[in-house]
Amino acid sequence: MRRSQNWLAHTVLILGALLFALPIWLAFCAATLDPAAIDRGELSLIPRLDHLGSFWDVLVHGGPGVPPVWRMLLVSFGMALAIAVGKIAISLLSAFAVVFFRFPLRRTAFWTIFVTLMLPVEVRIIPTYAVMGDLHMIDTFPGLAVPLIASATATLLFRQTFAAIPDELVEAARMDGAGPLRFLKDILIPVSAANLAALFVILFVYGWNQYLWPLVVATSPSLDTIVIGIVKMIGIDTSTEWNKVMATAVIALIPPVVVVLSMQRWFVRGLTEGEK
Amino acid sequence: MATLVIEKLRKSFGPIEVLHGIDLSLQSGEMLVIVGASGCGKSTLLRLVAGLEEPTSGRIVLDGRDITTLDPSARDIAMVFQNYALYPHMSVFDNMAYGLRIRGLPKPEIQRRVHEAAALLGLEALLARKPRQLSGGQRQRVAMGRAIVREPKLFLFDEPLSNLDAKLRVSMRAEIRRLQRRLGVTSLYVTHDQVEAMTLGDRLLVLHLGLPVQLATPMEVFDRPANTYVAGFIGTPAMNLLDATLTAGGTAARLEGGMLLPFADGRREGADGRKLTVGIRPEHVRLEPGGVPLAIDLVEPLGSETVLLGRMPDETMLSVKVHGVWTGGERTEIAIPPASLHVFDAQSGLRLDPLR
Repeated sequence: MRRSQNWLAHTVLILGALLFALPIWLAFCAATLDPAAIDRGELSLIPRLDHLGSFWDVLVHGGPGVPPVWRMLLVSFGMALAIAVGKIAISLLSAFAVVFFRFPLRRTAFWTIFVTLMLPVEVRIIPTYAVMGDLHMIDTFPGLAVPLIASATATLLFRQTFAAIPDELVEAARMDGAGPLRFLKDILIPVSAANLAALFVILFVYGWNQYLWPLVVATSPSLDTIVIGIVKMIGIDTSTEWNKVMATAVIALIPPVVVVLSMQRWFVRGLTEGEK
Repeated sequence: MATLVIEKLRKSFGPIEVLHGIDLSLQSGEMLVIVGASGCGKSTLLRLVAGLEEPTSGRIVLDGRDITTLDPSARDIAMVFQNYALYPHMSVFDNMAYGLRIRGLPKPEIQRRVHEAAALLGLEALLARKPRQLSGGQRQRVAMGRAIVREPKLFLFDEPLSNLDAKLRVSMRAEIRRLQRRLGVTSLYVTHDQVEAMTLGDRLLVLHLGLPVQLATPMEVFDRPANTYVAGFIGTPAMNLLDATLTAGGTAARLEGGMLLPFADGRREGADGRKLTVGIRPEHVRLEPGGVPLAIDLVEPLGSETVLLGRMPDETMLSVKVHGVWTGGERTEIAIPPASLHVFDAQSGLRLDPLR
């Protein structure tokens, strides 16, 4: 009976994997076809391996109206990294303050952070743009990342993680003479490493996928992220070179996948190594 | 080696006072065990000494220095926690060395101290392991090692054995005693386990509802409990506490059933009919043909001895501890030896000593 259940589970999983993989495979195949063939709706499930050059072509030369893909990848990577690292740094410190220090209006501070969950970038896009303008950060790299850094979600998550740390561990560190910053560096961060890794992955992908804010704040092509680039390549009045769009889309997938895969091993290890 | 003096120490959490003035003085190298039921304030007392809580009033003086308001790390005190509180991501070596590193000790000195403590505790082979790879007993040893390497003036133990299984607890208990004697470090040890309290302490402090009830050597506490609470708390099975009244002249107690128990050690003060509580330990009740009949309700064999739970003719419950296996059936006859009697005032619960 167990064998048949396994068989069923595997079938479902394989079907699910195929379902998710199919569009990516289609995009990969489309990248190797003639642009005209796609326009005629002649999608093929078999890639033309002699046309793999389109990947190299967009990577180095870009497409109509956009810089080379490697450049846009770099911008996206920088932005996603800045957002992920910035969010973690800020929320780590706020959660640390909220959990381990007794200061006036501690609860108020926490709930104020919490309420910002209801104010994502999309809601506050005009005031945020105005503030960025006052700070002269429109159309600059920091302007891409900074408004996206504040994060209630991550603060909330760290608060839960820190609250689960036994009081005795905190007290042992106090008796050992560790001050607050030492405690943060030597004990809190290593102990929460698994959560940190998981959060980094989620935030990196979140940053990578940002579309609306970069579209608003950055106008110069040198600040085009890969997501913006793909959209720009889909011409409205000119004919679209679909093979290049597809190639770019496939390339855009690679960095987040690499981050997920590399960090996955890390945080699975962190989870299994955690104390019982 | 250091003395510890605690003066009029009080602690309130909000409007609730949990410690109502503790006075205590430890000699150099002494091990004092603080014992009491949960909620008696024993852990709070320890945490005040550690500096993890601030007292509402009172003073703590360690080795002549007032440490009442000092930061925990500045007090020269090491603490062993109930749940070990080891840093999960650090090896055994790093767990022990962490406090020394923070204090900026030179590397060779840290090496020396950690290896010495590890040798003392039999942890040398485990120094590279992480806490999760250790058994409960080993973790407890590491927690002790972490305290030992600090070479503090005072050790604090917060129920360190309560997470271990019974067998391990016995051996660790002996080990703690041996180590403490050998290192000669003044120690405060908190427990709710009376066996630990009896075997470990040079002296015991029995706490009840935030008040010190008795401070004495373990045998003194056992032989002359200061009140009915201590009498019932120390000793297994618990002491029989029976309602009684003083006879005229104060020379004997009369149980509710009419049985007369003369005092072997002298008369007690008070008028005829003063309400008393008399205590007799189950192991001191004698089986005596021709004595008071006892109907046995329950027989609890413990191996080398047996506890009998019975009723006297007036339905008063009495437990009796006898050696070996009980073969006597459902009825027996007992006597209460006057020399083993404890006399307390029924109202205050305080011990009544004979007049001189």
